[in-house]
Amino acid sequence: MNKTINQKAWYFVIPVFVLVAFNAAIPLMTVVNYSFQETFGNNVFAWEGTRWFKQILLSDRFHAALGRQFAFTFIILLIQIPLGIAIALTMPKKGWGVPVCLILMSMPLLIPWNVVGAMWNIFALPDIGFLGHTLNSVGFDYNFTQQPGDAWFTTILMDVWHWTSLVVLLSYAGLNSIQPAYYQAAEIDGASRWATFRYIELPKMKKVLTLAILLRFMDSFMIYTEPFVLTGGGPGNTTAFLSIDLVKMALGQFDLGPAAAMSLIYFFIVLLVCWVFYNLMMKNEAQS
Amino acid sequence: MSLELKNVEKKVGIDTHIHPTSLRLEKNTINVLLGSTLAGKTTLMQIMAGLDKPTSGEIWFDEKNVTGIKVQKRNCSMVYQQFINYPNYTVYENIASPLAITGVKEDEIKQRVGKVAELLKLSAMLNKKPDELSGGQQQRTALARALVKDSDLILLDEPLANLDFKLREELREELPKLFEDRDCIVVYATTEPSDALMIGGNTATLLEGRVIQYGKTLEVYNKPENLVSAKVFSDPPMNIAEIIKSGDSCKFTDNNVQWKSSAKIKDGTYKIGIRPHNITTYKEGNNSVEINGKVQISELSGSESLIHFTNGNLNWVSLSNGTQQKNVGEDTKLYINTDEFLYFDQNNRLVNNG
Repeated sequence: MNKTINQKAWYFVIPVFVLVAFNAAIPLMTVVNYSFQETFGNNVFAWEGTRWFKQILLSDRFHAALGRQFAFTFIILLIQIPLGIAIALTMPKKGWGVPVCLILMSMPLLIPWNVVGAMWNIFALPDIGFLGHTLNSVGFDYNFTQQPGDAWFTTILMDVWHWTSLVVLLSYAGLNSIQPAYYQAAEIDGASRWATFRYIELPKMKKVLTLAILLRFMDSFMIYTEPFVLTGGGPGNTTAFLSIDLVKMALGQFDLGPAAAMSLIYFFIVLLVCWVFYNLMMKNEAQS
Repeated sequence: MSLELKNVEKKVGIDTHIHPTSLRLEKNTINVLLGSTLAGKTTLMQIMAGLDKPTSGEIWFDEKNVTGIKVQKRNCSMVYQQFINYPNYTVYENIASPLAITGVKEDEIKQRVGKVAELLKLSAMLNKKPDELSGGQQQRTALARALVKDSDLILLDEPLANLDFKLREELREELPKLFEDRDCIVVYATTEPSDALMIGGNTATLLEGRVIQYGKTLEVYNKPENLVSAKVFSDPPMNIAEIIKSGDSCKFTDNNVQWKSSAKIKDGTYKIGIRPHNITTYKEGNNSVEINGKVQISELSGSESLIHFTNGNLNWVSLSNGTQQKNVGEDTKLYINTDEFLYFDQNNRLVNNG
């Protein structure tokens, strides 16, 4: 087949270039701009080189926020992925239960994020919240506004409540695409429920689970709104995850240079982890 | 050893999937379930295997009632239209899986898998994963898994339907040989009459959840008990017409084509069934009669020619050897081999032996 050469066709690409420029490249470049300079307002800039980057990378505050961030993401992945698969496995495959379950599962996903934060804040208040009050009245000394452990517990519970549905829906879709003949074949072989899961369902769900892990990693690594409304990063700095810490630095202290440097480092960490994860998965794919 | 269905019926909601059916399959036989999609072949097989329970009726195996006994407790294996293998097991592990689960010793597994793999020409692929194989090889792996177990009952549910033409021909030839020296009952479901003829053994013709006829494959083909069975066991579809017999002379009601019939049946009106290959563009046999036809469709199928034609109200299909192209709308002469006619009475029952 002969390819027609038509350089004018490039004009069709212009809109997307403009769009991407305005919503990604130009804002990003301003951040890059700030990260290498010092400014005192009035559009006066002084070149600082890599000073802000060095400062952030060596600061204990950044290390602590990064540590909290990884811990949070790791914990919620550890809970949400197995829990999501487990719920998907117990969901009905036909009948009236299917739409009911699907709608119930989608509900948390449809609630605006700051509403989720506000809901859980009220729900968990130790004096008047249903959860907080109940926990205290059965003898737990629970107060998420003052005790770091309780704050973590509440934040994680909130995230699990909010996002496990996504894993459930993806796993459910994966499970439903398995032909019934596979289950019959396993039954005929005399395979146990666990073996059926391990050797049929799990391998067949691999692709959607990869997607689920990737999505949940990115989202939880960039979490801001819900903990901001729930705990505001407190008590102290104990639930100040990366983005909360970043906003504190940029808008609270108006340290624009270090905050810009931190933004870029943050961005590269997300990019790097996703890239590594994706490549590992694709390598696995190529092998099997 | 035998498998017997006694008045088995299967209803789902208000739909009857299988009407009361009785069938006895003997040891060391291959039994073909022949019928179009939704005829109930798969349902019947699942009931035989114990994957599904009949609404009423009993299943007896080896003179024991096994109704309601789960598939795991029965010694059977099944191959599906889709190529069903464990995705992250190698071919070797796949074939070995039914043995490994029942706790057969490692040496024995190795020896048995080796033997079956050789039989199915998989020896070179034992370390590959199913998705590295062609469709044909994947289905061979599934077949090997079914064979390695030494089941009493092997069920094959349209195993060749998803294969391309060449692979299908190849595997179809091998299939009967695979089951030759096995002490088991084989049930093979297919939509294709040619599959049944190739495999031989016994055939049950099915339509809409009923077993129409069961017997030796050639007998069912040559002497269908009734018109329905004859229709199911004919591809391309059987040509049907009404005729009038008086004395030893017969004629179609729709035209003036006449022939002498040696069929020992009373005078009157009958329906006849003519298989497409008994209408040809050339004379065959001593008792061929000529018929005019207007060509509707003319197509080649391998080295055979299919010609759909009309004659008055009759709309027939003919199947001739060789490549014979006709133009659509062309008037042509065809020859019907009257020796091969199947005569059915008004209740659609076969009255002659062809």
